[in-house]
Amino acid sequence: MEATTWGWLVLGLPLLGSMIIACGWRALPGKSAGWIGVGAIGLAFVCSLGALLALLDQPAEGRQLTDSLWDYASAAGLEIELQILVDPLSVFMCLVVTGVSTLIHLYSLAYMESDAGYRRFFSYLNFFVFSMLLLILAGNFVILIVGWAFVGFASYALISFWYRRRSATGAGIKAFVINVVGDVGLVLAAFLVVRELGTLDFLESFEAARESFTTNDGVVIAICCLLLVGAFAKSAQIPFHTWLPDAMEGPTPVSALIHAATMVTAGVYLIARMFPFFELAPTAADISAFIGLATVIVAATIALVVTDLKRIIAYSTMSQIGYMVVGVSIGAYTAGLFHLMTHAFFKALLFMAAGSVIAAMANRQNIDLMGGFRRAMPFTSVTILIGALALAGFPGFSGFFSKDEILVYAAERGGMYWIFAIGGYLAAFLTAFYAFRIGFRVVYGEPVKEARELEHGQLAHGEPENPATGEREDTDVGFPGPEHHIAERAWPMRGAMAVLALLAVVGGLIQIPGVNHVLESFFAGTFEESELFHIVPSAGAAWAGLAAGALMAFAGIALAYLCYLRSPGITARLQQRFSRAHRFLFRKWYFDELQNALVYRPMVALGRFSNAVFERFVVNGIVDGASGVIRGAGSVVRGAQSGFVRAYALLLIGGFAALGLYFLVVAS
Amino acid sequence: MDTTWYLVLSALLFAVGAGGVLVRRSPLVILLCLELMLNAGNLALVAFSRSTGTEDGQVFALVVMVVAACEVVVGLGLIVAMFRRRVPLDVDQIRGLRG
Amino acid sequence: MEAVAFFAGALGALGGAVAVISLRNPFYSVLALIVHLISLAGLFLILHAEFIAAAQIVVYAGAVMVLYLFVTAYVGQAEEPIWEPIPGQRLLAPLLAAALFIEISVAVIGTGLKAIDSQGPTIEAGFGSPGSIGELLLERFLVVFEAASMLLLIAAVGAIVLAGQKRKGKPDDSGTPASEAEEVAA
Repeated sequence: MEATTWGWLVLGLPLLGSMIIACGWRALPGKSAGWIGVGAIGLAFVCSLGALLALLDQPAEGRQLTDSLWDYASAAGLEIELQILVDPLSVFMCLVVTGVSTLIHLYSLAYMESDAGYRRFFSYLNFFVFSMLLLILAGNFVILIVGWAFVGFASYALISFWYRRRSATGAGIKAFVINVVGDVGLVLAAFLVVRELGTLDFLESFEAARESFTTNDGVVIAICCLLLVGAFAKSAQIPFHTWLPDAMEGPTPVSALIHAATMVTAGVYLIARMFPFFELAPTAADISAFIGLATVIVAATIALVVTDLKRIIAYSTMSQIGYMVVGVSIGAYTAGLFHLMTHAFFKALLFMAAGSVIAAMANRQNIDLMGGFRRAMPFTSVTILIGALALAGFPGFSGFFSKDEILVYAAERGGMYWIFAIGGYLAAFLTAFYAFRIGFRVVYGEPVKEARELEHGQLAHGEPENPATGEREDTDVGFPGPEHHIAERAWPMRGAMAVLALLAVVGGLIQIPGVNHVLESFFAGTFEESELFHIVPSAGAAWAGLAAGALMAFAGIALAYLCYLRSPGITARLQQRFSRAHRFLFRKWYFDELQNALVYRPMVALGRFSNAVFERFVVNGIVDGASGVIRGAGSVVRGAQSGFVRAYALLLIGGFAALGLYFLVVAS
Repeated sequence: MDTTWYLVLSALLFAVGAGGVLVRRSPLVILLCLELMLNAGNLALVAFSRSTGTEDGQVFALVVMVVAACEVVVGLGLIVAMFRRRVPLDVDQIRGLRG
Repeated sequence: MEAVAFFAGALGALGGAVAVISLRNPFYSVLALIVHLISLAGLFLILHAEFIAAAQIVVYAGAVMVLYLFVTAYVGQAEEPIWEPIPGQRLLAPLLAAALFIEISVAVIGTGLKAIDSQGPTIEAGFGSPGSIGELLLERFLVVFEAASMLLLIAAVGAIVLAGQKRKGKPDDSGTPASEAEEVAA
């Protein structure tokens, strides 16, 4: 079959799964909804493989294939079609998305088993995968925007999944509002593209851009900056990042899927896809890279101090996405996307393991309350360690190869780009530290009460309460279910985590510098025309960079060992000594307060003003005024309906006289 | 006399009749003023008939008389009915068309 | 000679008309109208419309006016109140009537129709005689004739229905005058 046909199947299967579950949920017995969801995405993964194979059959230059189902709109000189673009970049993303999604669906089979909203969950999850695939496979700006918006909605639906929790719905709204801000940027960028280039199709607009724009033309910079607004809102980069930590209110599989592996990588995908525009506007690309770097460092510092387990991992995601953003902005497309893939593996693994640990802690997420699970939950402990090692960039694991490749490329480009290399290594040190903060804290040390009980086979069972605020809840629909599922007792969770652990270990081996370059030659089909793509660091420089990365990893792990295992009191003392700095980091660099003051409060004030003044006087004045005028006119006209026959006769004769006068005047 | 004289007289009688319809309040008198107007029309018709030399105008005038008679019959019937039902014979009191 | 007759007839017609609209007693108004009708009949005679003149006197002044007299006698006088409820009516009515007259006169006098300026063509004998009218009625205007007859029939039936007594024994003085007015107006 043709690659594009496989592409349509990849799109259609998750949608079909979502619709079947959504429409037939009453008829689906037991856990079949979950199996339908898993099956749909699993088949989509198989079709992605099919698309890959079909694409590889094509000659190396002809690997950008488009296909359209029908004309979406044809107006105002624009031809917009329901079009997909199947090329190495989109097939790569499809494979990553469908592969990781299948595993997460499998995990959710067990994790969400006792939840009353089980079927709704799988419908939403399938719909999310469909929208992400739509975004990835889009062949023109319109379908991209549609997919972008759907992803935002799916994210909102899933974050607010436990919708009777106030904190969850608030977090969902926050995510959605920030996403919409990004949507606006994206749409404006599309407007500019269509105004300057006259086409919304990707390949055509890339061609036209190369011809019409000069380097650093003001319009191209504007387009790129607007695209960046969209990308950063979706990928949680500064200043649009505040929704991501709050999004941990959603169930753990949601965090694993959306906020580790797929949705937040949409921004990275966008920058990579729009590389012709970014290479024509190096200024915008540099802005993007600097913001990415800032996010890397800020998020890493915050992850050092927050105490909620899922939020540490969320900030870690933010930081790693920053790496990817830096990568694709400075031209290291292969490296950035490679890191996207490996990050998906180990971050999803970490989230899954975190879900298991939180379940063992009866839904409590504070890392200060955890410790010593290595005997009670051996499988989970091993996976946490594997994930942490990959995240830290320990030699041999997947993160080692991917993250440092970006930094090596930055060094290779030289000049100003050394900043990225240095900052990146610094952050790598911090990353290793907080990765093993999690690892040592949860796995090693003195077992806490829940761990000791679990060693004797008793799973902790607390009163259902909101982990953030502590308020009591029940376990009916809209809240988490009554039972907690840990990996040791549920084979779907173990299966998914095992596959991801394996991938986290060996996933880096496809792009070892000097040995093989599978991804690089694969991506040549998309990035052929980019100059930056062809800058390849020498093997020697690459290995030097990898060695530096390994050094950072060792240093970070050693420091974490020191702080958490050798001398456990150090962190408490440091907290007291540098309490101001600690508070600054703990309050997330006061970004939430900044947004509150700059955006939220003025908006609320504007709303109040609009209601009190504008609505009451202007709008009601106009509307009531219009109706009042008509009513007044009506009452005037009503005066003529007096009921007096003689008055009517007067009007009659008067009219006749007027008519006669008119005819006399005309005739003369 | 030229036809013009007759026509001006007819116009004058018509205007007088119109004024009477507008000014009087008794339905009976209003009907009488209507008769005035109809007859003014008749005069004009007959004058034209003379000036063209054909009798079509006179036949027309005859038919107008028939119509006037019928209308008078119906109108007077209305007035009698009103009187029987103790409705005051004043057009200004009958305001059913109001609003 | 003809002019004298014309002015006499015109005066009578005009005087009768003015009397109709200005006399307070409706009985006198009816009588004034009879004078007006007879003057018009005279004018018709001058215009060689003999049959019409005769019909005017016999039918109009004779039958129709007698009908009016009967009804006026039955209904009786009702003094019209002085106060005018419709604002501006007393002022506008004569004004509009005058305007109407002036317009039509201007139209008539300033018209381009040449024929009006003269008396008309010479008339042969028998113009306007019952014979010629009858011929026209039965030949050219047959349909009109039949229609007029139909109209008379309908009017007669209508009059009986309107003024007739109620059948079912409902007394014909029931309710207040206002609601009666609604009934009548409906």
